[in-house]
Amino acid sequence: MANSEAIAAAFADGPAYVPYLVVGDPDYESSKAYVEALDRGGADVIELGLPFSEPIAEGSTIQEALVRSLDAGMTPTRFFEFAEELDVDAALVCMTYYNLIYQYGEGEGPRPFVERAAAAGIQGLVVPDLPAEEADPLREACDEFGLDLVFIVAPTTRGDRLDRMMENVSGYVYVQARLGTTGARDDVSDQTTESLDRLREYDVPKAVGFGISTGEHAERIVAGGADGIIVGSALVDVVAEGVAEDLSTDEVADRLEALSRELKEGARRGYRSRTEAVESA
Amino acid sequence: MSETDTRTTEEPNDTAPSRRPGRERGRDDGKFGRYGGQYVPEALMPAIEELADAYGRYVLNNEDGFMDEFRERLADFGGRPTPLQRADRLSERYDTEVYLKREDLLHGGAHKLNNALGQVLLAKYMGKERIIAETGAGQHGTATAMAAAHLDMPCTIYMGERDINRQRPNVFRMKLNGSEVKPVTTGRGTLKEAISETMRDWAETVEDTHYVIGSIVGPHPFPVMVRDFQAVISEEAREQAIEKTGGLPTDVVACAGGGSNTMGTFAEFVDDESVALHAVEAGGSTLEVDEAAGVAPNSASLYAGEEGVLHGARTKLLQDSDGQIMESHSVSSGLDYAGVGPELAYLVDEGRVSPVAVDDDAALEGFHRLSNTEGIIPALETAHAFGFLEEHHEELGERVVVNVSGRGDKDLDAAIEETDQRDVPNAPDMSMFTEGM
Repeated sequence: MANSEAIAAAFADGPAYVPYLVVGDPDYESSKAYVEALDRGGADVIELGLPFSEPIAEGSTIQEALVRSLDAGMTPTRFFEFAEELDVDAALVCMTYYNLIYQYGEGEGPRPFVERAAAAGIQGLVVPDLPAEEADPLREACDEFGLDLVFIVAPTTRGDRLDRMMENVSGYVYVQARLGTTGARDDVSDQTTESLDRLREYDVPKAVGFGISTGEHAERIVAGGADGIIVGSALVDVVAEGVAEDLSTDEVADRLEALSRELKEGARRGYRSRTEAVESA
Repeated sequence: MSETDTRTTEEPNDTAPSRRPGRERGRDDGKFGRYGGQYVPEALMPAIEELADAYGRYVLNNEDGFMDEFRERLADFGGRPTPLQRADRLSERYDTEVYLKREDLLHGGAHKLNNALGQVLLAKYMGKERIIAETGAGQHGTATAMAAAHLDMPCTIYMGERDINRQRPNVFRMKLNGSEVKPVTTGRGTLKEAISETMRDWAETVEDTHYVIGSIVGPHPFPVMVRDFQAVISEEAREQAIEKTGGLPTDVVACAGGGSNTMGTFAEFVDDESVALHAVEAGGSTLEVDEAAGVAPNSASLYAGEEGVLHGARTKLLQDSDGQIMESHSVSSGLDYAGVGPELAYLVDEGRVSPVAVDDDAALEGFHRLSNTEGIIPALETAHAFGFLEEHHEELGERVVVNVSGRGDKDLDAAIEETDQRDVPNAPDMSMFTEGM
């Protein structure tokens, strides 16, 4: 099912390019320029990371970015202001941990966070430490305010758990390409192909993430059946390089836009080869 | 967890954990009222489901004689049972019967082996090939390293860099036992960062690796499983108390960080409503929090914390108004944790367990008092329970059991430094140790 028309549209017409950056990394204004660069580079959906102090699902690249952002003063309140000020065409999804959602605003439960997110133009949520079994209150709030709740499917997710998750998912599924935490890798795992095979029967867009860093990866993954690619660490690496090498905001934004074009082009090539293969069959 | 339901069809066994009502709480679904649960990344879900199944079969049902072997190894390798000793001079001082449960005499010098041995043995029964663990004070790390060496399992321990510097002898002990010690440099380099880092390792290696969590924290089934391994403390203490004194104690006291010695000491007494249960937390330097700096200069999450989700469970936490986790503080690194076991959070809300905060100064006094009156040098964690006794003995009944969760050998350097920094009225002359510091 889908709550957000914008997210449904992002997957409706060819492969979706779904980049991720940590909001506020390394500071508020630069970060805004970086997210807008992703949009110019062809982003269909942008995952905005709201930093939590204990990010247990992240590898070192994103963890360090979260620390940079927190050190620069990022808070949930600032995050929503950031989302409101963005000038982008892509649909916005917030990725964060459950405690921040749970604590936000007055009153109990996740509803105030979702209400504020909806007002800020956020179309969906990804919450890596919230399994489907604990997600009912958040799912109800998302349904009320028209947000999608995206679940992550791991290579180890099978059987009843997978069915349960697929009953609850909306927008798209985040297919984790391999075990472990986030981080750019050179190889694209066999676990991806297996995961896509397991998900084939479910009627929901499948976006593959974890480890994608080049246009060639993107091409292979989309050719292998993915409806979208999620890229995080490779882009966060560009921001980290900018910090390490003291590059200008414009220079880093240009690099992010260029890498985005490469990834999007790769995804399109993969999509063409897949549709041609279907037509010639 | 329907997998664990099979246990009701089998005969209870002598060595299996107790089935008193208080002990059944959380075993099926990991819920303690509103607390507990399984808030973990999807990649870890199959691992904790597999673990919940193994807990039901091997621990609760003694399948393949797991609990028999566990009890036997606790006796032969660990030195159980530990004594319940009357503390003569403290009894006189407080005009009440004070009994000490001597977990400091367990192999390794702390209660931690009960859980570490149980989990490493369970990992073996599950066919896992590698052990990982986090450690704060180094007590859980050393216990896990000992158990892993004893059971011939390769072992990696994650430890905050700051804790490594505070606890060098324990780092050496882990290495002596053949474990790899990996420093964690993120955050302030203490227990909560080490837990996060160990979870990351586990997310990559779940298929052949077991994560030996060190307290009654984390996702189900860890809180109930660790409690059931540690409950040997109260199973023994309850019987010993009845045997020695002819009845139940009026009060049971244990220090509380994550809460494993606390719950281990309370578990068999939870259903004995006449027994008051006191969880003594680290009050640190003050209970005030510095929200701007993200620092709570204490570790009193039961006493001062708010409900939230951390490291796989809903529980009471030290957090700011946004939900970011605070840096906790205590003179004892073993209590230095921003969360607490969900079962303790529940028992506090229910009014069954009373949380009390004892500050660094009172803990140091407690450390010196037990050392110079009873000839037992306690861990700085344990010392908080004796700080409590000094401050609150007038509110207690006529028969008090205090868990001596660990011995203080690991803390001697810290004790010299901390004693030197404050005016501890009952400390010996420290000048020969502190000159030139």
